[in-house]
Parts: sequence; structure tokens; C-alpha cells
Amino acid sequence: MNFKNLFLILGLLLAMSCKTQKDVSKIEGKNININDSLQSITSIENFIKPYRENINRDLDSILAYSVDTYSKSDGHLNTAIGNLMADVIYEEADPVFFKRTGAHIDFVLMNHGGIRSIISKGPISKRTAFELMPFENSIVVSKLPGANVKELLDYLAKAKRAHPISKLKIVLDKDGYLAESSVNQVPIDFNKTYYVATNDYLINGGDGMDFFKGSEAVYVLDYKIRNALIDYFMKTDTINPVADDRFIQLTD
Amino acid sequence: MKRREFIQQTTAATALVGLGGFGLQSFSSSPKKITILHTNDVHSHIDPFGPQDGRNPNQGGVARRASLIEGIRAENPNTLLLDAGDIFQGTPYFNYYGGELEFKLMSMLKYDAATIGNHDFDNGLEGLYAQLPHAKFDFVSANYDFSNTIMDTHTKPYKIFIKNGIKIGVFGLGIQLAGLVDKNMYKETVYLNPVEIAQDMSRILKENEKCDLIICLSHLGYNYRNNSEKPSDLSLAAATKDIDLIIGGHTHTFLKKPTVVKNSIDKNVLVNQVGCFGINLGKIDFYFDSAKNKSSEGVSILV
Repeated sequence: MNFKNLFLILGLLLAMSCKTQKDVSKIEGKNININDSLQSITSIENFIKPYRENINRDLDSILAYSVDTYSKSDGHLNTAIGNLMADVIYEEADPVFFKRTGAHIDFVLMNHGGIRSIISKGPISKRTAFELMPFENSIVVSKLPGANVKELLDYLAKAKRAHPISKLKIVLDKDGYLAESSVNQVPIDFNKTYYVATNDYLINGGDGMDFFKGSEAVYVLDYKIRNALIDYFMKTDTINPVADDRFIQLTD
Repeated sequence: MKRREFIQQTTAATALVGLGGFGLQSFSSSPKKITILHTNDVHSHIDPFGPQDGRNPNQGGVARRASLIEGIRAENPNTLLLDAGDIFQGTPYFNYYGGELEFKLMSMLKYDAATIGNHDFDNGLEGLYAQLPHAKFDFVSANYDFSNTIMDTHTKPYKIFIKNGIKIGVFGLGIQLAGLVDKNMYKETVYLNPVEIAQDMSRILKENEKCDLIICLSHLGYNYRNNSEKPSDLSLAAATKDIDLIIGGHTHTFLKKPTVVKNSIDKNVLVNQVGCFGINLGKIDFYFDSAKNKSSEGVSILV
């Protein structure tokens, strides 16, 4: 055995000793804030830039104009912004639903909490739609028996919130009980079934809307709410929504 | 097999260099340091929050995170960079590019591994699969069985890294998908009990793979105070052994410092989570001594 071999064996012995499990003697842990005290790496910044510019160009291209600023806290039982959202869902989703099933949507019910921002006076862009609806929720249609429609109306009467509705009219008496309800001026018949457009969050019982569990069928339109808004803004010049009499409470 | 041979040879060569350069003493006396860096729930937050942001003004940003990581790696090249899931969803970068930019940037930052969060299913299994070519890092997930899906063979239950002769096993855990993610999105993905899987994983990594350090990348959530049945990082830590560090996500919990939890055999486990949106970076340094040096004083934890 020459010197070189001895050296190799010594090395291998050391390597083997390294392969036995080792123990931790000390641990130090901390969470470091990332803020403007850190320099950005230019190559990373430059890599992101074209993506950012492309998105901003698209998001900020003007699609329509809003005559005023609208907020979901503007009204009690119905608001201009909520009415706009629900009407847009009806207008954009009904042709899709009709094409697929040959039936029309009877009315729309969304949730007040689903309006995630205001619409500001002035230009409307895709960014507006992303702010209003940052989530990926999409439109579904429930085939809902009259009994469950009754529960839906009771839910709205009890909640007394401006959950956005379209094509549905609800009047509460001065004590807050359901006085009248109609779809397209026809009183609701609790022996009939109705096609109710909503979103995939509510259909699964979101916001306590358990009445959707009674759905006889659920039609998934594969149509995102945000995309319905964008499609509407693209073909509309000016939006001027109003709070109206679709959901009111009588005062005497 | 080839790879294993290569690793052994490399170790031998390193040992020889050490012998030549510093002599026999230095090998046993100087502790080895492994740095673990981690993020979770970055949710497509590539740009920093603007100065006007109501909550997190001037915080976050991938290009800044990159420089922080670069500095830490320069200080200690024996560093792993990990992510605990929910890489996707939260800014238009995801809506426009489907996660392409997120994966490309994580690859540029040299992430070593990530696990899969519930929002990583937001464009369906197909949407995740389509972005995989942009990820130059591995996905570890031990309790999602993807056998009957397009993701089959594209994740590993665990991955082993060797840094400066220290063997590090990293395994991944995901949250229950039913009720959280639309079935159309996760399809035939089967969710397996994370606690049982973690027990299996830690045994495999400790006993079979002889790892020196075992890390769990978890998207289970930090703690569910009102639902103790629901698996969380804290309950997982207490119900398992041989895990050194649980890196968590999902609950967007901003821990000021890592939590120390006693495991099933009364040994310490570190649980850490850095909130969300790339606002913070977790940094855990493990120092390894030869067994002789260690036994008298035990492990000191400075958090």
C-alpha cells in the first residue's frame, strides 16, 4: 500500500463518519420584513416589467364611463351599484342560459358582500371589474322549487340587506314581513319552480343561503362574474344606475 | 444509483480537501450551519404594495426578496429556499398569465421546493400542470394522491437535499380540498390524513433515509382554536416525532417569531409561518455539531 492509497482510505473513513446522523446543537429563527429598505435586483425587475406593462395597458384601457360614484353602502334594501351588478348578471347570463337550455332565467340573487369595491365617477376599465370582483366566482343557475323560493324571500326579508337582485320585486310591510313578491310583474307562485341565477359561492350555502340546497338542478355556465362585468362594460358607453323600487319596505 | 455514487465521491473529496486545508481538528470542532429560508401564501404578489396601501405600504416585492435571499446565500451557501403553497391567485398577474410569471420568478430566485396550496388548484389541475414547465423546482406533497390525475408523477412525497454533508429531508402536506375547492378543479385528487402521513414520512426520512434534518412544508394552517379536530401545524407538531421544523401556510398567520412546540416524545419542534403576500421571509439557522460536543448541553433555541 502506497501513501496515496492510505490517504484515500483515511478520506473514505472520514466520509463514512460524516454519513452518521448528526445532531442539531443550536437553532436560530427569525422572520425578516421585506420593505423599501432593501434594494431590488434589477434583472428581476426588468424581467417583470413587460408583464406588468402588458397587464396595465389592458387593465387601464377605458371601456365605459360612470356618471357618479357608487357604493354598496349607498342604500338600505337596494342600491344603484347592487342593481347594476344584478342586472348585468341577468343581461349577460340569460342569453348563455337560454342557448344551453331553451329556458330563461327568472331572476337573479347575488350577495351584498360580493361587491368588493366602489365604482368611481369617470372612466371604467377592466381594472374596475377586477376591483369589484377580485375573486374567480362564476355564475350558476339553480332550478329552485317554490317552497325554497319562499325561504329565499324570507331570508331577504329577515336580512334587510341590499343583496343585489334583478327581475325580482319584493315589498315588505311596515313590520318587515313579506307583503308582495313578483317576477316580471307576475306574483310568485310557490307551486312553481324558478330559474334563479346566482354565484357558485352562494349555491353552496355561502352567507347562510341554505335554501339553495333545495335546488332540483344546478346549471354551471362557466362564466365568471368578472367577465360578465367586463363584457357589459365593453358594450356600454355610460353607466348611470339608480336605486329603485325592486326591494322596498312600506312605511305605513 | 449513479447519483448516489457521485454524492459519496463528492463527500470523500470534500473530506480530503478539508484534511489538506485545515487538518483533522477543524472537521470535528467547527459546527455546520444550514439556513432554511421560506415563504407562504405569496398569492401572486409580485410587485410591492404601493406607498398608499392602507395595510402594508411599501412592503413585499419579489425583486427585493431576491436581493435579501442573495445576501443570505452569499453569507451561507448551505441554504434552502422553500414555499408552503398558495403561490397562485391574488393579483392580475395570475389572471393574465395563469401562474407562469410566479413560477419563472421562483425559479430565478432558485427555490428548492414548494408544496401545493388550495389556491394552486384555482385554474384546475390542468391549469397547474400547464405551468409546471416554468418551475425549475420540485413540488412535494405526501398526502395528495394524484395517481388518477394529470398531475400523476409530477409531485414527490418528499425530497432530500445534501448541503455540506448534512442530509435534509423535506416533505409536503396539503389541506383537505372538499368544501374548500370546487371538485371540478381537483377532480380525482385523493386527500389522505396528514397526521398519519406525517408519521410515515418522518419515520421514512429518519430511519430509512437517515436524514439529519426533517422539514415539513405544510399548507394545513397554523392553528384552529374553535375546531381542534381540524389538522393544523400546532396539532401536527404535537402528534408526531422527528420533525425539526414545520413551515406553514394557509391561515396567513404573521408570526413574530417561530413557535416552539413539544412533540409526541417531548422534544422541541419549530413551527413557523410568515403571513402572506411576500411581506416577510422566514429564516431558520440550524447548527450541527458532532454528537460528542452536543450531548452535554442539548439544543439551544434562539427565536
